[in-house]
Amino acid sequence: MTAQIRIHDIPGGIHPPENKAQSTTRGVEQPPLPARLILPLLQHIGVPAEPVVKVGDHVLKGQLLATAQGRFSCALHAPTSGTIAEIGPAPYPHVSGLHEPAIVLDSDGEDRWVELEPIADYRALDHVTLVEKLAAAGISGMGGAGFPTATKLLSRPDHRIETLIINGAECEPYITADDMTMRHYPAQVVTGIEILMHVLTPEQVLIGIEDNKPEAIAAMREAAQHNPTIRVVPIPTKYPSGGEKQLIQILTGREVPSGGLPADIGVLCQNTGTALAVHDAVMLGRPLISRVVTLTGGALERPTNVQALIGTPISELLAFAGLQRERLHRLVLGGPMMGFTVDPQAPIIKTSNCLLAATEQELPTPPPALPCIRCGLCAEACPAQLLPQQLHWFALGKDYPQLQRYNLFDCIECGACAYVCPSSIPLVQYFRAGKGEIRAIEQQHTKAEQSRVRYEQRLERLQREAEQRERDRQARAEKAARAKAAREAREAQEQQTGAATEPDLARVKARIPTLSPEQKQLKIAAATARMALQKAQKQLNANPDNSDLQAQVVQLEQAHAEAQQAFEQATSQEDT
Amino acid sequence: MGMVLTAVAVLLLLALVFGALLGYAAVRFRVEGDPIVDQINALLPQTQCGQCGFPGCKPYAEAIANGEAINKCPPGGETTIQALADLLDVEALPLDGEHGEEKPPMVAYIREAECIGCTKCIQACPVDAILGAAKQMHTVIVDECTGCDLCVEPCPVDCIDMVPLPVTTRNWRWDMPPAPPLAAAERGAA
Repeated sequence: MTAQIRIHDIPGGIHPPENKAQSTTRGVEQPPLPARLILPLLQHIGVPAEPVVKVGDHVLKGQLLATAQGRFSCALHAPTSGTIAEIGPAPYPHVSGLHEPAIVLDSDGEDRWVELEPIADYRALDHVTLVEKLAAAGISGMGGAGFPTATKLLSRPDHRIETLIINGAECEPYITADDMTMRHYPAQVVTGIEILMHVLTPEQVLIGIEDNKPEAIAAMREAAQHNPTIRVVPIPTKYPSGGEKQLIQILTGREVPSGGLPADIGVLCQNTGTALAVHDAVMLGRPLISRVVTLTGGALERPTNVQALIGTPISELLAFAGLQRERLHRLVLGGPMMGFTVDPQAPIIKTSNCLLAATEQELPTPPPALPCIRCGLCAEACPAQLLPQQLHWFALGKDYPQLQRYNLFDCIECGACAYVCPSSIPLVQYFRAGKGEIRAIEQQHTKAEQSRVRYEQRLERLQREAEQRERDRQARAEKAARAKAAREAREAQEQQTGAATEPDLARVKARIPTLSPEQKQLKIAAATARMALQKAQKQLNANPDNSDLQAQVVQLEQAHAEAQQAFEQATSQEDT
Repeated sequence: MGMVLTAVAVLLLLALVFGALLGYAAVRFRVEGDPIVDQINALLPQTQCGQCGFPGCKPYAEAIANGEAINKCPPGGETTIQALADLLDVEALPLDGEHGEEKPPMVAYIREAECIGCTKCIQACPVDAILGAAKQMHTVIVDECTGCDLCVEPCPVDCIDMVPLPVTTRNWRWDMPPAPPLAAAERGAA
């Protein structure tokens, strides 16, 4: 064992009741196969995926359903075999309760896999191929934010990643999904980490686990024994040590710069669940179609963890864990600190780690907010060293520039400030609303700028067109003036000498062969005869059996030949 | 006497030197255009709707720079008035109702089945956000539409609707919590 890693402290933080023991007694269970799965096209940060299947298609488990659109997007695969029932707006796990476009899959109960392509020896592959494999498996960060993993691995190609941090802190009360992942799949998680190491070639790998998970720490230590680069680091239990920036600070003592990425200080952070998904994608060839979800809360008869298929409706998982409807007060997706109330019709997506069916005692309705007494407890609790109290005043006054000056965007919305607030002010809601307003204003500005450019370009275009028209008009006027002058000059000349016009006339005559009135009549007669003949022939083509028409055509042919001959004779006489 | 002459001569010299310096600076550091107009224009919403009575945002910005009231822009609403008031250091007036009311952002929608392809809306659109050709169906590029209403009037078959921008999970925003009540002492006093 190498030297002990020094643990650093983060500012602030709180110690809420953990409530983790309830859901860890039953291992990771397999819920029944749902009859209908809802697969939203947006399960990650970025651009929604684009469906490649149609309604009515039969798909196999693991088959590609939707492709990623650009780098900030993620592919989507069928979690089981079945038929595509619908593609359109469907319930979506979002705080707004709004629906989002989704692929709805009716399972056929066979759960038949598509042919998988596992990689026998990932060490033989270069990192670009491996990252492509991870992108094709549709892996996005499973800790909560859902950043596409392949893009994260390539986020700063010019920065060397010295430290790979595996986030197993899981600091939020009630949630045990990562804990159970590490306890039950330690070897797979470590292989996943080794694959990430092969891609990133870091100098050290630190697995940060809060010391309230001794089983997970022991399991991971044993699984990682053979690899001296990987070190399991137990960290003191404190909320929110599992925040990406906080964990980096605890393990390395360095802070991610404001507005920057961990890669800026040579660190990359991945969740344990993501490491497991990486293992499945490379070693088994399986795309990301299921994840460990904690089902917990006082309203459930048997709180547990499940390996749930992505797209399983929340209500079915709750039924599996024995939901007692009369005790349910609030259904939360995520933990009690950062989670949000969710519609039970919505499905589990790639980022859903916990379902908390809380009773009235567990998550009581917050008392009405009282005025801020400027006690400063929130500033002491803030892990990002912000001034929540000041931010709250600025948000109330809608002073957006001031909010930005006080680094509102460094707020990780952990809720520690609201937790300690004696006036129970919903501080985080102020900050979320403030962030939303600022983003909307920025968007408006971008749009205004775009509109201004388009408006100016349009004006320029109209001006150009007007100038062009003016130029054309002038050119035409000049031409007309020239023609008029020429004509006048000619007329003047004609009056002077009658014969002087002859060269012009001769030229005109040479171009247009002139015919005498007699010849003209012959030509017209020939043309008429030809027309009559053609008309009769057409009629004959339509009714080939008509003998009258046949006779008529013969006559007309003769007439035409005569007329033509007469005309030609007349013209040739003239020429000779 | 000599002293006075020297003083006059020195002052004259100084006046000439500084005059020359100022004259040079005026040419060398000449400011092109009117920067205040651009600053005002940057705060306006650029819908080019003409509700203010000017033929676009830039002309209104020029008018404001020449003393026009700052409360004639309904699409910008209170936010724009406040920003203009801050920039120009004048009092923020409430929006002038005569020019219209503040509305949520809208986009034009062409009922394509009814469109006869007359191109009148295309000519009216200040930001070229309508796509189409003569006797071909037209459609609105939603991302470019400023919701200015100018295409609605020219349409001979009234097939253009102004619809509010749809709310999705990506443009949905948290509401501000309701303002907290007054402190108990103040409540007692009130």
